[in-house]
Amino acid sequence: MRGPHACILALMISSALVVANGQSGDLNLPKNVVAGAAFSIPTAGSGKAVLYIAGPAQVLKRDAQLGQPVEFAAGDLDNAGHYVAVLSSNSSTQTGEFDVAPASQPASLSFLARPSRIPVNLQNGITAAVYVFDSYQNLITSPTPVSFQLSVASAPAQTRTVVANQGAAWTGMNSATKEGNAKFVAQAGGISAVRVVQQVPGDPCGLKMSARKVSDKLNLETDPLRDCGGNAVTDGTIVTFTESWSGGQTTVDVPVKHGIAQAEVPAYIGALISVATGVVMGNEIRWEGHE
Amino acid sequence: MGGRLLAFFLAAATVALIAVGTLWPVPAAAAFAGINGAGPLHSSSTPEGAVENLANAIGHLDWQRAYSSLNNKSQFTEQDFIRDLTGSYPSLRTYATLDNFQVRPLHASDDEAQVQLRLRWSTVVGTFLDTRTLQVVRSGDRWATVWPIVKEPHVPPQVIAVTYLRWDVIYRGPGDDWGAQDVEAPHVRIVDMHPVERAAGVVVLGELLNEDVVPAYVSVKATLVGKNGAPIATEDSFDKISHLLLPKQVTPFLITFPNVSLSDVDSIHMDPTSNLVAASADPIVEIQDQKLSPAPDASFSGQVVNQSGEIVNIAHVLGTFYDQNGQLVWVADQYIDRALLPQTPVSFAMPVPEDLARKVSTERAVVATYASGGIQ
Repeated sequence: MRGPHACILALMISSALVVANGQSGDLNLPKNVVAGAAFSIPTAGSGKAVLYIAGPAQVLKRDAQLGQPVEFAAGDLDNAGHYVAVLSSNSSTQTGEFDVAPASQPASLSFLARPSRIPVNLQNGITAAVYVFDSYQNLITSPTPVSFQLSVASAPAQTRTVVANQGAAWTGMNSATKEGNAKFVAQAGGISAVRVVQQVPGDPCGLKMSARKVSDKLNLETDPLRDCGGNAVTDGTIVTFTESWSGGQTTVDVPVKHGIAQAEVPAYIGALISVATGVVMGNEIRWEGHE
Repeated sequence: MGGRLLAFFLAAATVALIAVGTLWPVPAAAAFAGINGAGPLHSSSTPEGAVENLANAIGHLDWQRAYSSLNNKSQFTEQDFIRDLTGSYPSLRTYATLDNFQVRPLHASDDEAQVQLRLRWSTVVGTFLDTRTLQVVRSGDRWATVWPIVKEPHVPPQVIAVTYLRWDVIYRGPGDDWGAQDVEAPHVRIVDMHPVERAAGVVVLGELLNEDVVPAYVSVKATLVGKNGAPIATEDSFDKISHLLLPKQVTPFLITFPNVSLSDVDSIHMDPTSNLVAASADPIVEIQDQKLSPAPDASFSGQVVNQSGEIVNIAHVLGTFYDQNGQLVWVADQYIDRALLPQTPVSFAMPVPEDLARKVSTERAVVATYASGGIQ
């Protein structure tokens, strides 16, 4: 039986047994029990008894021969926490308390890396948190060094080492100046977990367009869009062309395709044409009938 | 004594008004209350009567009766007539019902008259007005309407290759471990926000930017906080926003708080939300010939042109208006009631409050589009 209900039940049983038997004493319990490891509890006297072990998430019951130790095999008690032991025989009841510590060797890591998508060149923009667990999913509370490594193909890897405090370690990392997927590895005690952080281009830098007359229309086309680090702006980014003339205005939102944005607008002599994407403004062109 | 007299008077007036409404109903209301069934309400012995009969038949979707009453039916088929009123392709018109109509005589002679027919159609996103100026001609002792047929352009059957970008999303599965990554929600930011006091209450205007590289389904919620720190009301932008934002796209939004005074508001808490959704960069809609007409009857008008190959069933135009300092002044919107066919301009005109129209220096329009099969 596992869970808090089991613990309460065991305590009730021990209390009831103490009252029923009228005698009580202390059990000789091991000082250090590691979750999942084999251990034994010595007993004294003679005759038969029953040993109850109750903790926050687990309850065990063993038949005991008094005078001989009660053996627990590896994996029998695998939840870390504070436990109560009750040895009950016909004539007496002995009780005791002990702690089960998590194993010191990490077996798995829960690795939270946020965000999974980030613009390039952002200081401490990536947050990483690691929770270190033993092989029975107990949080390892003893200080454990955790190393973080964020690597991209085009730049040297960033590495940080943090000692986990009460099972958790966290740090911040910078995004690279070049776009691409970064491999983010957290490692502790030979165990590693990998996440991928997509580093995407930032806002376009130096947005510039040109106009060319095609038939009775103006063909507007931007130069290849790049951010300030020289990364090509992602296809699908919306670019807005606006043409204003004395009689009105034309706007068209077009997505960047193969690195450039292109649109056709009516060719009005004297029209002022502007280009923008998001909150970034580009150049303006006054159309006078020729390039 | 006075109370009894008043009660008697109110009861008598109510009975009298019910009797008047039953015996002499307003034609449009009577038609749609089913009082007169499918039969003609009025004699066609007058031009107005002929037009009212036609409008009644349209309201009852009695196309055969409406078509047969026309004087110029030899110029088009009944199907052409139906398509003129309900659209050739699925659109707001297709699912609209006639809410009411008004008939206004403009000019009349012995054998010919001109009558304005204002058909107010009801849709899930509000009403739209279809105004037609009709010629009515005498034919013997009756009058018959000459219907000004508007034939929608026909797109010939063809295959149009498009290569626009499309985004699809695979989310984390139920079997993924705790701590495993999921796809990040798009990062959006309110780049402008401005409360305005209007007669109906407080209106919160603003603009929202998708600063990410993926499409976002967005919404904005606002909470007005009173002087005592307690929330007064919470509202969201509902359809006064373009919900689908492609990367680096900006949408205006407008949130209305009826019956709230700005003097009661201490602060406003804005809550933009975004979800990652599958989307397509198609269709592209150009908004041309945008004009702000000053008061009186201030309006923002223009034409939308679908530059793509796909038919857009419903288009929603949002206008953003700024003063000479670039400060947001107002947000208006209008749904286009006809489908947008490729390369076919469709006009729009949205009213702008006259007091605000005087302040407007520049304007910007965006179009949200919906095609059968989902948000595009």
